Amino acid sequence: MSAPRQRFSALQRLLHWLMAVCILGMLLIGVGMVSTVRPKYLTLVSVHKSLGIAILVLVVIRAVVRLCYGAPSLPVDLPQSMKRAAVLSHYALYALMFGMPLIGWAMLSAAAYPVVLLGGLQLPAILPPSASFHSLLWDAHYYLAFVFFALVLLHVAAALFHALVRRDGVFEAMAPVRHSVRVAASPGHPKPDLR
Amino acid sequence: MTPRVRTTMRSLVQIAVIIAGAAAVFAYTAGWLSPHRLTPNKLVAAFTPPGATPPLGHRRNHAKGICFTGTFEANGAGTALSRAQVFARGQYPALGRFNLATTNPSAPDATVPIRGMGLRIATPDGHEWRTAMIDAPFFAVSTPQAFYELLLASGSKDPDAMMRFSAAHPEFARFGAWIKSAPWTGSYAEERYNSLDSFVLTDSAGGKSVVRWSLVPTVQPVPVAQEELAKRGPNFLDAEITERVRGGPVRWSMVVTVAHPGDPTADPSKPWPEDRRVVVVGTLVVRRIEPERDGPCRDINFDPSVLPPGIRTSDDPFPAARSSAYAKSYDLRTAEVKYYPRTAPDAKP
Repeated sequence: MSAPRQRFSALQRLLHWLMAVCILGMLLIGVGMVSTVRPKYLTLVSVHKSLGIAILVLVVIRAVVRLCYGAPSLPVDLPQSMKRAAVLSHYALYALMFGMPLIGWAMLSAAAYPVVLLGGLQLPAILPPSASFHSLLWDAHYYLAFVFFALVLLHVAAALFHALVRRDGVFEAMAPVRHSVRVAASPGHPKPDLR
Repeated sequence: MTPRVRTTMRSLVQIAVIIAGAAAVFAYTAGWLSPHRLTPNKLVAAFTPPGATPPLGHRRNHAKGICFTGTFEANGAGTALSRAQVFARGQYPALGRFNLATTNPSAPDATVPIRGMGLRIATPDGHEWRTAMIDAPFFAVSTPQAFYELLLASGSKDPDAMMRFSAAHPEFARFGAWIKSAPWTGSYAEERYNSLDSFVLTDSAGGKSVVRWSLVPTVQPVPVAQEELAKRGPNFLDAEITERVRGGPVRWSMVVTVAHPGDPTADPSKPWPEDRRVVVVGTLVVRRIEPERDGPCRDINFDPSVLPPGIRTSDDPFPAARSSAYAKSYDLRTAEVKYYPRTAPDAKP
């Protein structure tokens, strides 16, 4: 086992878990709203727009914080292929966190819909009206949402793999509370000395 | 199996269960596990009977239309009901579309009994009021689900489908009677366009009124027999309104009708009693007509849920259903631009 890992800063962990909740909610609201004609459709669309812009603001802050604080390095004994997968998937997640809100905003602009958030805040159009742009952006927003959800599942599976199987401190680096996972996971597991 | 391998296996199973659970929640939310859920996709698809081709590149309903621009001249009376800027005395740019309630963009005008108007009024505060109205005085059915069933029944090859539908939805008979008895006119300018759906207006003190609105023609309607209209050619309405507006602006009064407590605000198939308070809030002045192809209304979705602060949806379930279906129709037609060339071939240099 490598030496105890450094954790992400408290601010980074706060941003990570706040955004985790927002993004999961966002993906569920997204697939939910396009599959209903009931009155909740309007509420869901309204929340979807506002939450999307909130995620865009949060990811800007998060990227700046990440550039300032960096990240704990991965365990030295982690296979090279897994390291590469970790780096690539995190780039992809960042790209989607930036990209999806911008694509959604641009898509509404291209359709000449007013972009009004909860509370009545209006955002300017970031593209001129264009049917072809709308169609392109709509497809991108739709299909990337499934890619995003698949990546989130992969991310969660990898995090749990680190926490439950490898037990290498990678999960603990981003865990909201120190040692929370060992406490939560211990009842179903043999004692650590059996490892 | 060593204890270590067993532990690892158990952990992997736990991870698989968590991931599968998350995927199942996603699938359920997306409606993949609820085949009976009425989705916008189903509602829009139902406009095209089985085996037929949808009007590619066009709106899935109200597919035939013509654009107009002009102004909405608010007289200020609406400020008693709503704080929306559009009711403050002043002139605001208006963009709209006269249309026919048909899924066929080349339907002869005299074959479509229901006419409509899509309207967008923009105010300096950056907000918009979009509305899509028809000339029927009430809607055909009470709920979006019933409307879906109506589309399925009318597209069905089963000769008894419509009879069964009418029996299950008694409100439809009143609409059928209206279609049979309502006089045809020779002009979009002679029609009264009604929101049918109810909305909630909020005044600056927070007072609320549930209302429906109508655009009442200032031109005297002249009944013309349908057979007579058929002789005027397949596109006589477009030609007539173009010619009329070229001769001078055409006006409608915007009239807001206020519900009493207990009026059927959630059901657009039920008219409110005649004696309800009406407020004339302004005049729509149509100043210019343009063909839809390359016209300013072509790529506008007249989504009835696009409302300024001071107007919001009510307990009427239709605006949400219409918004979801209009968005789907918009997404489809903007993906089909090759079927509706953006520039008329004869306009090329």
